Amino acid sequence: MALVDVKGVSKRFGGLTAVSDVDLTVNAGEVHCLIGPNGAGKSTLFKLIVGLYPPTTGSIFFDSVDITAERPYARVQRGMSIKMQAPSVFKELPVRQNIQIALQERLSGAERSAEEDRLLALFNLAENSGKLAGALSHGQQQWLEIGMALALQPQLLLLDEPTAGMSPEETYKTGELIKSFNAEGMTVLVVEHDMAFVRQVAQRVTVLHLGKIFARGSLESILEDEKVAEIYLGKTHAH
Amino acid sequence: MLKLLDGPQTLGRGKTFWSCFLAVLAGALIYPVFADSYDVGNFAYFLIWIFMALGLCLMWGYGGMLSFGQTFFFGIAGYGYGVLAINMGGGTATIAALVLSVVIAMIAAGILGYFMIWGGISGIFFGIVTLSATLVLAFFLGQTAGPEWHIGPARLNGFNGMKGMDPLTVGNFDIEGSALYYLMIALIVIVYVALRMLVNSSIGNVIVATRENPQRAEMLGYDVRKYQLLTFVIGSGLAGLSGALYTSWGQFITPSSIGLPAAAMPIVWVAFSGRNDLTATLVGSFLLLFGFQTITVYSQQAALVLMGVLLLATVMLAPQGFVLGIGKLVVDLWTRRRRRDEAPALADAGRLQSDET
Repeated sequence: MALVDVKGVSKRFGGLTAVSDVDLTVNAGEVHCLIGPNGAGKSTLFKLIVGLYPPTTGSIFFDSVDITAERPYARVQRGMSIKMQAPSVFKELPVRQNIQIALQERLSGAERSAEEDRLLALFNLAENSGKLAGALSHGQQQWLEIGMALALQPQLLLLDEPTAGMSPEETYKTGELIKSFNAEGMTVLVVEHDMAFVRQVAQRVTVLHLGKIFARGSLESILEDEKVAEIYLGKTHAH
Repeated sequence: MLKLLDGPQTLGRGKTFWSCFLAVLAGALIYPVFADSYDVGNFAYFLIWIFMALGLCLMWGYGGMLSFGQTFFFGIAGYGYGVLAINMGGGTATIAALVLSVVIAMIAAGILGYFMIWGGISGIFFGIVTLSATLVLAFFLGQTAGPEWHIGPARLNGFNGMKGMDPLTVGNFDIEGSALYYLMIALIVIVYVALRMLVNSSIGNVIVATRENPQRAEMLGYDVRKYQLLTFVIGSGLAGLSGALYTSWGQFITPSSIGLPAAAMPIVWVAFSGRNDLTATLVGSFLLLFGFQTITVYSQQAALVLMGVLLLATVMLAPQGFVLGIGKLVVDLWTRRRRRDEAPALADAGRLQSDET
């Protein structure tokens, strides 16, 4: 069953078409990876799905409801949650307060404190819980943001380059965490460049190139597709 | 509820802080017993402006919205009080005039805030629009000298100012002098405590989150526009409270209390004090108002120049505010001293334990 259905969506910025007539379906319960070279339109598509950009044409459905005209907060209330490409945390607030702000609508009192502790421990942030979020390393800020996104217990977790700036060990741990969220029933849509990470987590893959869907299918079929290898090596400039 | 008095958004917590608070409050309560009535009246006058400063602290320091519109709402409520008190006939109706004028200021803030916030105005443009509204109101009221500018028997009187309204009155008792002073103290305690509870609540969490990163706050499911509007209405309403109290105190208000020099004053008070903390704003604004008034007796120009110098010094030397900076320094020294005192005690305890074993 489709949780997200993107139908004929385009986004133009003046003369530049960042996303062109894209159809994308993300099924409930899958880990779906969105890959493609720089400038392919992956992050723009993410922002269209969460409502940070209005589409120029097309419609977006979430759980069979047309959410094209809804603001981002309304989409989040429906069950979406996003980690942005660049760390987007409350830098001048302590780490624990960042998590608290994400949790406070869902939990209160002792239950909230326990969940704060659990999330801080899960992302190795317990020792830094009193520090300002801006004082954390890049990788730690990434984890904090994933923790905040996860605190909402979303149906759909969107992760835009979640492992950027992380060490190989941290990247592997992040992959395992994503698999564990998925095992609990969460649908995950990931934009990622790191193919080792994609191999670790992906169940289905969509390749974007120059704003259009270039290929889609299982990870194995995508890896065997020579045209996909070519666009990553820069041999194909249009499709 | 009382747990919200202390929290991450407010400096000063625990027994030591609240003991100091109560000591200062006790000092303020017994002050009229020892001071002459002129000084008590002057103090009441300084305290009138504190609400406007606290309102700006909430909007700017906590909400990240630099509003130049505090005197706009001060003027609306100030003139509103005058018009209502004159039309309602004085007496106890002045209390209703006070409440209604603050409500009118809040409604005006709701309308202006709605168009600005829903229109996506933020950052420096928020300051420009609120300043424009302030200047428009000041210029408009300045050209109302003719007899045609009246609301019922209340004449606006242009630059000569509106006068003839009664002070706050309950029955036959005018709230002036010491009574006004005690009313100010009571209102400041109520507003200060209520604002502390607000900023340390879950609503306060969203207000500071919106200041830090509005996009992330929205991505956590909050309609940040509603929180910004709430902050703007409360902060502007407090400016309105200052305006209504000012008119009832002096039974007089002119457009000059709204114009550009007046509009810049709350910015200086809050910037100098430390916009990120209510207590720093309360203390700093009082000190500045007291200093300003004292110097004005000798030279108003010198007082204005001093305010400008203080703003420059704050921006260049202590962008977070002097009073807040000093407050944080005191807290750091206090914490370090306590840790130093506790360290030998722990070492002694460890030695005793090892002796016993």
